[in-house]
Amino acid sequence: MGPVGHERRGRGIQGGRRWRGGAGARSSGDRELFITVGVVLVLFVVWQLGYVAVVDSRAQLGVVAEVEAQFAAGGASLPDIPLQSDPTATGGAGGTGSTSPKVTLEDGRVFAILRVPRLGGPTWARPIYEGVGLPVLAKGLGRYPNTALPGAIGNFAVAGHRAGHGNPLIDIDAIRNGDVMIVETRAGWVVYRAQRHTIVPPTSVDVVAAVPQKPGVKPTEAWFTLTSCDPRFSSTNRYIVFAKLERVIPRAEGLPADLLADPR
Amino acid sequence: MYAALWRRLPGNRLVKSLLALLLFLAVVAVLFIWVFPAITPFLPFENVTVEGGP
Repeated sequence: MGPVGHERRGRGIQGGRRWRGGAGARSSGDRELFITVGVVLVLFVVWQLGYVAVVDSRAQLGVVAEVEAQFAAGGASLPDIPLQSDPTATGGAGGTGSTSPKVTLEDGRVFAILRVPRLGGPTWARPIYEGVGLPVLAKGLGRYPNTALPGAIGNFAVAGHRAGHGNPLIDIDAIRNGDVMIVETRAGWVVYRAQRHTIVPPTSVDVVAAVPQKPGVKPTEAWFTLTSCDPRFSSTNRYIVFAKLERVIPRAEGLPADLLADPR
Repeated sequence: MYAALWRRLPGNRLVKSLLALLLFLAVVAVLFIWVFPAITPFLPFENVTVEGGP
């Protein structure tokens, strides 16, 4: 059973005009099947671009509001990721070349909020979850496990959908060098500036290396990498934005409003 | 198929049209809520990560 109403209307427009059965003529059942498939495909596009974009986008903004409220209330239920400028917070600096503190994040749990004014003004915000599985990315952005934590020396790598599931990174190609990208955690704000972008094949895992695109090199700087797909609606390549740490702002100081100024 | 369905719907043209519309909307709802979400993971634009990565 297919989209009945649409089919009815189609028949009405055509009036009594029917294919007379010659050689190669399709049966009425065939035509109905083709029309039904066509309508279902159109519906799928409507669903993907309209319905899901709106529903998931709203859900993600709801999570942002929830996490914001928790941050404001002390955030006791959210992971405590120390701000790296705090000299007392380098507990995990070990001999492995990683200076990430020993904070373990649970897969599928939200732990931060990303704000990129270029993508939608001062109010543009999306939740960042731990993990990059499809169920996680349906909820928002996801951190590649085992990459650096926000603000830490190394590469904080995050993936997000460009099409589908609220389209969080639909305009990733609008990000210009120097654009501010702010990651908010329980402890405060980590301010990155976009440095460059690139388009790579899906196999280029070196973009999430501790030093972006230099696998094996010991990191000395804090990078933030966003990955999404390119071109839009395709998975031929990956669109990558690299940003570098500018500064961290403890929660007590508050986020200067001018950092969120709309650059568009 | 649709012609047979149309004949089976009760009432006059108006009632039939309304019922057909309702059926159509029901099908749309099933597609939107269950079918489409189930098939999207198999579509290409879902892939946004670099694979085999850490």
